[in-house]
Amino acid sequence: MNDSALAPLVSIRGVSRSFGDVVALDDVSLDIHENEFFALLGPSGCGKTTLLRVLAGFEHPDSGEVLLTGEDLLAQPPHRRPVNLMFQSYALFPHMSVERNVAYGLEREGRPKDEVGDRVSEVLRTVGLSDLARRRPSQLSGGQRQRVALARAIVKRPRLLLLDEPLSALDRKVRAEMQLELKRLQHEVGITFVVVTHDQEEAMSMADRIAVMGSGRVQQIDAPIDLYQRPATLFVAGFIGTSNQFQGQAVEGGIALHDKVLPGTAHGAAVSGNAVLVVRPEDTRLVDEAAASVSGTVVDTQFYGGVSTVAVTVPGHDAPVLHTRPGAPEVERGAVVHLAWDAAKAVVLAG
Amino acid sequence: MRSLGWLRLPMAVTYVFLYLPILVLVVLSFNASKQPFTWGGFSTKWYSELAGNAEVLQGLGNTLIVAVGATVLSTALGTLLAVGLHRHSRSNLLDAYALVPAILPDLVLGIGLLVLFTLVSMTLGLYSVLLAHVVFGMAFVTAVVRARLTQVDPSLEEASRDLGAGQVSTFFRITVPGLMPAIVAGALLVFTLSLDEFVIAFFTNGPSSPTLPIVIYSMVRFGVTPEINALASILMLVSFTAVISAQRLTRLTDTV
Repeated sequence: MNDSALAPLVSIRGVSRSFGDVVALDDVSLDIHENEFFALLGPSGCGKTTLLRVLAGFEHPDSGEVLLTGEDLLAQPPHRRPVNLMFQSYALFPHMSVERNVAYGLEREGRPKDEVGDRVSEVLRTVGLSDLARRRPSQLSGGQRQRVALARAIVKRPRLLLLDEPLSALDRKVRAEMQLELKRLQHEVGITFVVVTHDQEEAMSMADRIAVMGSGRVQQIDAPIDLYQRPATLFVAGFIGTSNQFQGQAVEGGIALHDKVLPGTAHGAAVSGNAVLVVRPEDTRLVDEAAASVSGTVVDTQFYGGVSTVAVTVPGHDAPVLHTRPGAPEVERGAVVHLAWDAAKAVVLAG
Repeated sequence: MRSLGWLRLPMAVTYVFLYLPILVLVVLSFNASKQPFTWGGFSTKWYSELAGNAEVLQGLGNTLIVAVGATVLSTALGTLLAVGLHRHSRSNLLDAYALVPAILPDLVLGIGLLVLFTLVSMTLGLYSVLLAHVVFGMAFVTAVVRARLTQVDPSLEEASRDLGAGQVSTFFRITVPGLMPAIVAGALLVFTLSLDEFVIAFFTNGPSSPTLPIVIYSMVRFGVTPEINALASILMLVSFTAVISAQRLTRLTDTV
């Protein structure tokens, strides 16, 4: 899915936006490619929603530019942009039926009545709501409302569809369903999706590429697997998944900690001085004392059915070190264990 | 609800105190006898006599012109003011100023407007009453519509813009329908208030076009006739209907 050779569909260059003293976007640059499922992921207040609103036209950046297929997007008011937004609250018009809600955008374009009718019933079929066309939004369930909101946004065939926390208002079961549904729809309609979410599982399972944002900055842009396996900053390592972090001094082949070398790899620029080694719990394994990177006492074991987690307190290390393995735990509380990992599986970051 | 017990008695007395005058008025309007203290049998003759009273009919016509005109203007302007304040004003003072004409004593507003009209050498007539009624009517509409605005999801307007509607189109297709219950309630309120407004109309009116309350006042100076009872009963019916409709519409708003 890495089409970086092609010209990007959307090009965001050095965009900044502040609200009073609060910096919502701090020199954000990123590219979004045609037909991509792109996610903006980050904790609340990281600026992801502001960026989405800049793309939709409801916020204007203090500086920077946004190009859509090479043309200045910021010069156009929201109602002239080939960009549609699915609102977090869905923002369905309460005084209109489902049908009228979906037709609204096409009618504003001045499309002929027949065409509007055809396209509305087609898109309602796509999202599976043909039977509910005459209902009011207040008569629909949460999942159905979301489908209407989606239908209303895609019926205009935008170049770019923005989705603001699309699954946050749904309960767990409907959420899993809609997750698949969104992916299927994205393939079917061939529209570029940009999803804003604070839920990493949501982003990881749906997106082709994810931009992790923290305090107004883009921390890392990568495919989900790369993001997980090779976090570029401590923020990303801490935000995505669970990880064990060790602080020490960068040395050749890892970090030095209590006159031992913990094996790890620095990706990109070499790290020197204070460094943090990040290793995922599932990349650690139990070994003999001779091969150990760290040793400690088991304080807790948790069995989740498919996997189990062992928490180990290591002397001189504050947080317990986590080790995950498939199946039931093979050690008990109080046992002394030794953990090791491959240098290639651990990441060394500047501390 | 908890049982009222002995509190039922003062409550009943209070309600009698509130509604007895109205009841007496309505009953006497059907009294065949001209003497208010003797019951001459049931009759609707005062109502038909009313219909033949040119002075009353002229007053009614004037009042309707003022009430309808003030309702239309106040509703349009008040709605715009409410939306404008909601969107652009973070100032509590501006908010408060928008409501002052509704709270100000009628006497003060009446005299103030009279002084203003004289100052700008405006001749007085129905239109000056209408303007005066718009002043306080607008304040009521603004208050009701503002309350509704806080309940409307602000992303609805953004969604409309996002789907390709311009600002004007969005206002009429999305904003106004969303506010409609409050707009109708505000309009009915203004209509009712304008219909029986005496003090301000008394100050700002010219001599040639008295409104109904002024006509009634001049009739009452020579004693309350059963005809006036009949007229008051009709006015009351109209006001009740308007107020109850307004209340129902606001309640509908809350449940949506």
